Amino acid sequence: MREVAVLGVGQTKFGELWDRSFREIGIEAGLQALVDAKLSSAELDGLFLGNMASGTLINQEHIAPLILDYAGLARRHLSSVRIEGGGASGSLALHQGYLAVASGLYDYVVVGGAEKLTDVPDAEATQITSSTADHEWEAVFGATLPALWALVARRHMHLYGTTREQLAQVAVHDHLMGSKNPNAHFRNKLSLEQVLGAGPIAEPLGVLDCAPFSDGAAAVVLGPLETARRHTDTPIRLAASQVACDSMALQHRKEITTLEATSAAAHRAFQQAHRTPQDVRVAEIHDAYTISALVSLEDLGFVEKGRAGPEFANGQFSGGGPLTVNPSGGLKAQGRPFGAVGVAQAVEIVRQLRGEAKDRQVSGASLGLTHDVGGTGATVVVHLLERAN
Amino acid sequence: MSIARFWRETPRRYNLGGSKCSTCATVYFPPRAVCPECTSHRQSIEKMIPFQLSGEGEVLSYTVVHEPAEGFEMQVPYVLALVQTREGPVLTGQVVDISPEEVRIGLKVHATFRKLREEGKAGVIHYGYKFAPTEEPESHPAPRGPAAVARTDELPARDRAPA
Repeated sequence: MREVAVLGVGQTKFGELWDRSFREIGIEAGLQALVDAKLSSAELDGLFLGNMASGTLINQEHIAPLILDYAGLARRHLSSVRIEGGGASGSLALHQGYLAVASGLYDYVVVGGAEKLTDVPDAEATQITSSTADHEWEAVFGATLPALWALVARRHMHLYGTTREQLAQVAVHDHLMGSKNPNAHFRNKLSLEQVLGAGPIAEPLGVLDCAPFSDGAAAVVLGPLETARRHTDTPIRLAASQVACDSMALQHRKEITTLEATSAAAHRAFQQAHRTPQDVRVAEIHDAYTISALVSLEDLGFVEKGRAGPEFANGQFSGGGPLTVNPSGGLKAQGRPFGAVGVAQAVEIVRQLRGEAKDRQVSGASLGLTHDVGGTGATVVVHLLERAN
Repeated sequence: MSIARFWRETPRRYNLGGSKCSTCATVYFPPRAVCPECTSHRQSIEKMIPFQLSGEGEVLSYTVVHEPAEGFEMQVPYVLALVQTREGPVLTGQVVDISPEEVRIGLKVHATFRKLREEGKAGVIHYGYKFAPTEEPESHPAPRGPAAVARTDELPARDRAPA
């Protein structure tokens, strides 16, 4: 296995991009990444594209050759493959790109993630995104994705004494971080009272506990670490890339307040990189719902089970502490274009590790983590990235 | 959704038909072809036997849903719960015949046959299990919330769930 590096990154603005099509945003992110990597497209071997639901969201399946074509690469007949794993599609694509370069079969690949959620009404987007949980045994009985996470929240509150205010604190944090990110869907700050007073979605979760439906795309260029300095002064090594899966339905998990797939993916990733959670300085974690962020922090090994609520609320992950979480604003504030999320997380961590994150730069960031979740935790992908010296 | 897609699940959705591993005796709902618990995983193939759940259980967690799943628009707000059944499997379903504020973790419930949702004016009407309390709620003796009664009355007779 070869060492793999991120050579370039690109990302569109996230949000309600009504004037831009799926293919436009996909191409924008990919071309940015190619320019950033100072890579000629003649050197490319293939594309890996994370996308959750283009078939139902924009009535277009088979998007991988479409993006290849509009990227101007169809004449070269490169390989282009779409990868789907619900909300974790983007980081699954990153994993596939990593495998391709690590294996030695490909040298340079573009990994992209793109989703266009605002071409359908919100109710339809809720239905489509909820199909990343078990349709036959959850959705048919009235479950939506936020409702399932609300079940996790209620149980977490019951078992560990997590409070409604501690949940709300996650949204306050994310919006504070997002206010410094020019690509963020939301750049407004939120008060605790605003989050607590927002209308209910699935109790105890309200509107401001839930990430928005966003349009957006992100891309990275991967290549072998050994030749990375031809393309960049600050190559970022992909120190670990791990995928773990679990039962599709929440009802079939051993314990709903633990995402065992997160623990498994994180454990393997730290083993692969010979590192521990204490080494991580900056992390982009799954916070599609405020409860998801708390459960994620616990299952990734950053805090003890049941302690994320109080430890998050005391501000230790909001900058200045050993670990800063979601400097991009996370899914809650930067936005949630499902299939693009995992790639955007990697883009943010690369910018942090290069020292290019401007107003939101985490000082001393040397090792970063991304954590991407599909459905209620049936697919989880964890990456560790570090500055190569 | 096609009629066949729902119809083929009726033994499970109407009668709680699950399966049991004849090696380790773990019960599953919906039924499975292979036992995930069994140490001799491969040996459980073709050894899973039909098993019917009693429908008795208790609330493991719950939420009051305000932004509904498709086809549930007429029912908001509704209580969705994970129910830990007596035999082991956990089921996802609505809790009815109780006002949302009286539902709590640990509430004893039993499965009851109800209308789940309908696919528009001309589509299929789906039936299956929901859960009703088996003990009197602590605060109010009235078993039905006023909102639920009003909603049922508003529906034309043909759309009402069977009792």
